[in-house]
Amino acid sequence: MQPGASSVPVLDLGGILLISIQGELPDDAAVDLRTDVTLAVSETGARGVIIDISGLDMVDSFLARVLAEVAASARLLAAQAVLVGMRPSVAITLVELGLALPGLETSRTVIEAASRFGVEIRDRGDQPAARGTDRTPT
Amino acid sequence: MSTDERATVSLPVRNDADLMTVRQRVRTLAQELGFGLVQQTKLVTAASELARNTLIHGGGGSVTVDAVSDAQGRDGLTLTFRDEGSGITDVDRALRDGYSTAGGLGMGLSGSKRLVHEFSVDTALGEGTTVSVTLWRGHASHGPR
Ligand SMILES: Nc1ncnc2c1ncn2[C@@H]1O[C@H](COP(=O)(O)OP(=O)(O)OP(=O)(O)O)[C@@H](O)[C@H]1O
Ligand SMILES: [Mg+2]
Repeated sequence: MQPGASSVPVLDLGGILLISIQGELPDDAAVDLRTDVTLAVSETGARGVIIDISGLDMVDSFLARVLAEVAASARLLAAQAVLVGMRPSVAITLVELGLALPGLETSRTVIEAASRFGVEIRDRGDQPAARGTDRTPT
Repeated sequence: MSTDERATVSLPVRNDADLMTVRQRVRTLAQELGFGLVQQTKLVTAASELARNTLIHGGGGSVTVDAVSDAQGRDGLTLTFRDEGSGITDVDRALRDGYSTAGGLGMGLSGSKRLVHEFSVDTALGEGTTVSVTLWRGHASHGPR
């Protein structure tokens, strides 16, 4: 699927969409992401939307709100959003900030999230399943 | 607080791209000062919230980052956000969870306060707002270590 205005790639895994947010996301791209995902859900009829944030070293209230809104629009189109890969340091900070994101479903890995929708992703070994860790990239 | 200033970095907060620069610079400075990963993340997140307030509510301004240390020899970083916007009408209300005059979540100011050790707001209607925060290295932000 063509990247939309947000430039965050939306992958169609056959019935579910995988969105991997890599690194810094400017505010306008975060807002565009909401539109991109909503359009992609309606075009593909996806049942699930997996949002992988293992690449993010920070989530502030602005991005938290965008993630919650992505999930809310997906739900209105009968798709379920699942957040995957939050780093422990990000989780601690978000809770202290007062944003525990209660409306968002979470899974540990993309594989686990996909299996909720009956989609099996085989771990090829060469691509470790995204999982939020605080290991700094070397 | 008695502090001796060692390094000052000043950054503009005028647009979206500046917010990213602020986050990156604060992250780098916190790393250089030996802050742990959780502390880095807390400070960067507070910086992002406060810089966005400077931009959106204050009409833009600047942030200065100071490496500081206190009488006990603790090292820390102080971030000072300044704007010349409309000021905050009621600081107590603005510091309440969920209070927003802009349709936001209203967690930026109150949440940032929880992420740091020291937090102060200086504001005057029609003149602007200065928010200053400090995080000391290797010290839990709540209670005694
Ligand atoms: N620099 C500033 N200048 C003027 N008003 C401000 C400033 N910073 C904060 N405020 C006021 O304080 C309120 C609360 O700020 P806070 O950051 O908590 O919430 P918000 O910015 O409205 O929403 P968000 O949760 O997205 O940050 C704002 O809505 C605004 O009215
Ligand atoms: Mg705010």
